[in-house]
Amino acid sequence: MWALRLCRGLRAVPVPPVRALRSAVPPRPAWQHGEPRPGPQQQVTAEVLGQLEHLALVDFRDAEGVERLQKAIRFADQLREVNTDGVEPMDSVLEDRCLYLREDDVTEGNCTEELLKNAREKVEEYFVAPPGNIPLPKVEDQETFLQGS
Amino acid sequence: MLRASLRQVSAALRDGHVTPTELCQRCLSLIKSTKFLNAYITVAEESALKQAEESEERYRRGQPLGVLDGIPIAVKDNFNTAGIETTCASNMLKGYISPYNATVVQKLLDQGAVLLGKTNLDEFAMGSGSTDGVFGPVRNPWSYSRQYKEKSVPKSHSEDEESNWVITGGSSGGSAAAVSSFTCFAALGSDTGGSTRNPAAHCGVVGLKPTYGLISRHGLIPLVNSMDVPGILTRCVDDAAVVLGSLAGHDPKDSTTIQDNFKPFELPNLTDVSKLSIGIPKEYHAPGLSSEILALWSKAADLFKNAGAKVVEVSLPHTRYSIVCYHVLCTAEVASNMARFDGLEYGHRSDMNKSTESMYAATRREGFNDVVRGRILSGNYFLLKQNYENYFVKAQKVRRLIANDFVKVFGSGVDILLTPTTLSDAAPYTEFIKEDNRTRSAQDDILTQAANMAGLPAINVPTALSERGLPVGLQFIGRSFQEKQLLTVAKWFEKQVKFPMIQLEEVKRHDHGVFQHQKSASFS
Repeated sequence: MWALRLCRGLRAVPVPPVRALRSAVPPRPAWQHGEPRPGPQQQVTAEVLGQLEHLALVDFRDAEGVERLQKAIRFADQLREVNTDGVEPMDSVLEDRCLYLREDDVTEGNCTEELLKNAREKVEEYFVAPPGNIPLPKVEDQETFLQGS
Repeated sequence: MLRASLRQVSAALRDGHVTPTELCQRCLSLIKSTKFLNAYITVAEESALKQAEESEERYRRGQPLGVLDGIPIAVKDNFNTAGIETTCASNMLKGYISPYNATVVQKLLDQGAVLLGKTNLDEFAMGSGSTDGVFGPVRNPWSYSRQYKEKSVPKSHSEDEESNWVITGGSSGGSAAAVSSFTCFAALGSDTGGSTRNPAAHCGVVGLKPTYGLISRHGLIPLVNSMDVPGILTRCVDDAAVVLGSLAGHDPKDSTTIQDNFKPFELPNLTDVSKLSIGIPKEYHAPGLSSEILALWSKAADLFKNAGAKVVEVSLPHTRYSIVCYHVLCTAEVASNMARFDGLEYGHRSDMNKSTESMYAATRREGFNDVVRGRILSGNYFLLKQNYENYFVKAQKVRRLIANDFVKVFGSGVDILLTPTTLSDAAPYTEFIKEDNRTRSAQDDILTQAANMAGLPAINVPTALSERGLPVGLQFIGRSFQEKQLLTVAKWFEKQVKFPMIQLEEVKRHDHGVFQHQKSASFS
């Protein structure tokens, strides 16, 4: 017991000894939420916003959407506190196993009809898309473009 | 009868005390009378009755398929089911009927289970309340229990139930509510950051997140491929073992299921815990943990200690970063996974037909809610060439540190970790929606997420009722692929704490007490 108390005494967070003897559960939170990082908050530029909109194919160009993105970035910035020098990135918890690869044989198919059932527009055995190769309009033109349809 | 466990009702079917059709009908009628819970998105009445009839025929011939034959179950609406709508609680997939069954669904059906319907969730499983789906929030059955009503002091009678009802937690809230309100005997959920264990804790049921790679994800509409696992919700630990036994094992259609042989197991009744080493990770005393849950956790640790187990404080120093790390990895994988929803092949399609890209954009604006769109955008931001290293790769490195924390602790001789599952008991809906989804998820997944980072099996065991008369659960985390040990310890604990059964008027009216549990002297 004394050894336990001595050992606890070395910790940064003081633990009331009576409680410590009773339970292994720490009586106080072991950590606190980080403060928002000081320094200038990186603003997402209009150029990046445009780029994101094209990549994500969802429009969010209202103040709320931008604010939400800013908050998400600020939240993620907490990762900078962690020292990851020399740490390899981890893709999968199964990284040290061989993943299963099946033989490259056709085992199922002939379900064209079934697959087409869920499409709203089709012609014969084809999915139908509107005209391609027309990029989304720039922000300033977007309103008129969308109204024109 | 409806309040029995899966194994008990299975025995009743075998002994002819009840037929699969009777059982199915009773569940269906209870689903109707508990419709206000909003636990189900789709009730597959016709096909369920047909499956029950087929099961009945097998029993009549004396050839049931096994313990699951004739057992009514429910499945979260993000698993594909042939012939039954799969919506993910999103406008994007309203009306979508998959041409195939998810492997786990197929396995349940192959063993004779009766699929009652598809349960409600947060849109695309993104949330921790089951409040952010297009079909509206799920109500926690405990809101209507005698236990809660007795303890909660209504401001006035009229606003009583309407304003006091509490959330189920999420995102598998529909499945947890379905099991908790006795409308089915087991349900499938999914668990990426805690989505099975969190609602299990709030609804007073057992919620098992198996080891990543043990159960097939084929047909589970993906959220985060490297962390998603199908989850199991049941009334008791033994039942979870039964369902696990029927689902686990390699699937050629999911290359991330391991090829080791899995043998279904029955759980022994542990009498001696003295050889066990239980770790108490101090970081799980996170800021915001309620004093009630802290006291309960402490009491549970003492319970093991007094029974002779070794109980040690351990440290998982990177726990606090798991939510931030998850935020980056999840949004990145979501950005990639959601690219498939473009309106062309399935799902919602906008009327906009100016160009392919404008149709895509309009479809996705109309089809996804703010939460999903927000995650897609953040994910694309973290994946931009100039951010990739600083955010995505950085998060993958932090993930390794989190996983290594567990490796070290289990390497030091600890068998099982004991932690709280949630910071507090379930919040009233009106309180819950005051915060936005991301903030909520960050708080609520804090005690469950790290197990997903490391792929470890973890289980919520209902432990006691809070002062408000709501369920509180504790979580056990085990070593990879050591489900049997994890569940054995969980079963021992379950037996000690004697969690009280929910007292619901609706159920009493529907049920004849064939299996009245004798439960007294509960753990609180």
